Amino acid sequence: MAGPFTRRQLLGTLGTVGGTALAAGFVPMAFPEALAADTNKTQRQWAMVIDLRRCDGCKACTEACQETHHLPANFEWIKVFEVKDKHGAAYFMPRPCFQCENAPCLRVCPVAATYKDGEGVVLVDQERCIGCRMCMAACPYGARYFNYVEPPAYANPFGKATPQFPVPQQQGTVGKCMFCVHRTDEGQLPACVEACGMGAIYIGDLIEDVATNGEETVRLSTFLKENDAFRYKEDLGTGPRVWYIAGHGQLLEQ
Amino acid sequence: MDRRTHDRYVERAMWPIGRGDRNFWIAVVALSLLVGAGLYAWVYQVQRGLWVTGLNQRVSWGFYIINCVFFIGISYGGAMTSAILRLTNAKWRAPLTRLAEATAVAALLVGAVYPIIDLGRPDRFLNILLHPQVGSPVVWDVVAISTYMVASLVFLYLPLIPDLATTGASMRGGPLKRLYGILSLGWRGTPGQEASLQRGIGVMAVLIIPLAVSVHSVLAWLFAVTARGGWHSTIFAPLFVLAAMLSGVAAVILVVAAFRRVYGLAEFITAKHFRYLSYLMIALGVAYLYFMVSEYLTEGYLADETTAPLLEAIFVGSYAPAFWSFTTIGLIFPLVLAAWPGRFVIARACTASALVIAGMWLKRFLIVVPGMAEPAMPWDWGRYAPTWVEITITIGSAAAIPLILIIFFRFFPVMSVHEMEEVEGPPQPRGVVLTPVYAEGAGE
Repeated sequence: MAGPFTRRQLLGTLGTVGGTALAAGFVPMAFPEALAADTNKTQRQWAMVIDLRRCDGCKACTEACQETHHLPANFEWIKVFEVKDKHGAAYFMPRPCFQCENAPCLRVCPVAATYKDGEGVVLVDQERCIGCRMCMAACPYGARYFNYVEPPAYANPFGKATPQFPVPQQQGTVGKCMFCVHRTDEGQLPACVEACGMGAIYIGDLIEDVATNGEETVRLSTFLKENDAFRYKEDLGTGPRVWYIAGHGQLLEQ
Repeated sequence: MDRRTHDRYVERAMWPIGRGDRNFWIAVVALSLLVGAGLYAWVYQVQRGLWVTGLNQRVSWGFYIINCVFFIGISYGGAMTSAILRLTNAKWRAPLTRLAEATAVAALLVGAVYPIIDLGRPDRFLNILLHPQVGSPVVWDVVAISTYMVASLVFLYLPLIPDLATTGASMRGGPLKRLYGILSLGWRGTPGQEASLQRGIGVMAVLIIPLAVSVHSVLAWLFAVTARGGWHSTIFAPLFVLAAMLSGVAAVILVVAAFRRVYGLAEFITAKHFRYLSYLMIALGVAYLYFMVSEYLTEGYLADETTAPLLEAIFVGSYAPAFWSFTTIGLIFPLVLAAWPGRFVIARACTASALVIAGMWLKRFLIVVPGMAEPAMPWDWGRYAPTWVEITITIGSAAAIPLILIIFFRFFPVMSVHEMEEVEGPPQPRGVVLTPVYAEGAGE
């Protein structure tokens, strides 16, 4: 062709280039889980059971979590709510991150800083997080915490902060409970499970179908079934990985 | 239109260009001080972090998100006003469209900064382009706002081209003349150029409507895709679109009234213009009221466990003063005031517009803050009180809109000359007296 591009040809070329780029770039971006899933690590699917019959509201779990992750006092990644029911009776309800299978926080993140690891734990890449707090608006359980202030300095033994052990937290980004995957990967219990003197918190694996609070080990499915375990706001379809065992008539309140 | 009126119109549209009288400088300095204070507060916040705001773990969105929705809403109303008048071929539009289109751009320039002000890590803003997750409403926002930004700039620029040529031709020389020469793209008013321009403006007037609708729908989905009571509503997108148009038309009324007075445009912008714009505002206001009643009625009637506490807080609880002020003083009263027949059309339209604008800001507050303060785990209500940083940034950004407009209209004609000529036809020789179309009924 002798002359310059005609407009139609130019548009056609641009369209092809642009379309290919879009297809190549956006497809994986739209499905971050597909990228994030680490196929070598699928031998576990973490779950948690919290036995409300045993919780006495001592907040040892919260304190242990804060100590492990070097968090300030208002960062309650596992927060113990004191709930008064309609009849005036009180009970305690610890709330970690529920590691939802269909996590609303994960879908709304504009930069895919939140992702799910191969073992069903929702992690935050604080190197990428832009701090828009859309995930905090989307989380139906208030499980996410924003670092408004500069967190205290801390020399991370792993060399640098990772999504699995995001310590110290980064100012201007969001953090949350991640089932202490830095501990479970080493065969240790999550800090809150270990700290609970009442043995109210169990960490479990859906694939092996076991759960333990450090003192006793139970068959997870049987344990849930026999104790009529429920999941909080299950009707939202988020698929929480945390089950509660009711002890004070809470089930009737749901 | 006779030659004399024609020349007078051109003179009125052009006289401030390149000039700076005392009032101009007073306004520029005063507004710049406010904008400067806002910028200082922003720098203060960037250096320290978001803890300098009143935001907290429960209420993590506040003034910045409210302002983002509010200012982009005003922009949308400006663009829609102009687009509607063009598409319906309203003959009286000529002195108004430029003001409406400029308002749209100025408000958008301000509103589009707010998502960045709100970020915890504004330095990583580009991550949205580098690692976009297309399923996120935040990404939809960035795409929609930037597309709309380009469109509203083009929408302002296209009708300006012939006026730029006229302005340049009237100058003796200097850098401004060269600038107008470049910007007017060699406009000579040939029939071919005229046809292209009209086609371009027509396409933009049609395009700007779905673009603006999409921007505001996407802003609404930022809230509506979550599971929060009062946010998860299917009516949110159209509700936001209506709110935007309502506040935008009100803003156009105020801008038009201000420039009419300061620039001495009273003989061309008459009570009739304010009456028609008021009609538009009233229609939108009534539609908004209807949507709002529909939303609250259906949610409140069922009153499920997430919406009931929220509606209680809004109707009779701690947010009730704000809600009932908005409903009465910010919506119903101004609509009645503007609709009432009789004298003082302009004064009433301006008062009503100011109240509507304040009311629509309050309504955005009532959407964002109680929706956040209502606890996800239903036991502890959040609290939010803005700090001086948020208030200063808000005031500074609001001052930026008149500042942009005042400076813009010292360089570009405040009323579209070309459009007036197009509507009125070529100027008639002296002695032939025709009532100008735009001024019909001007004696009211």
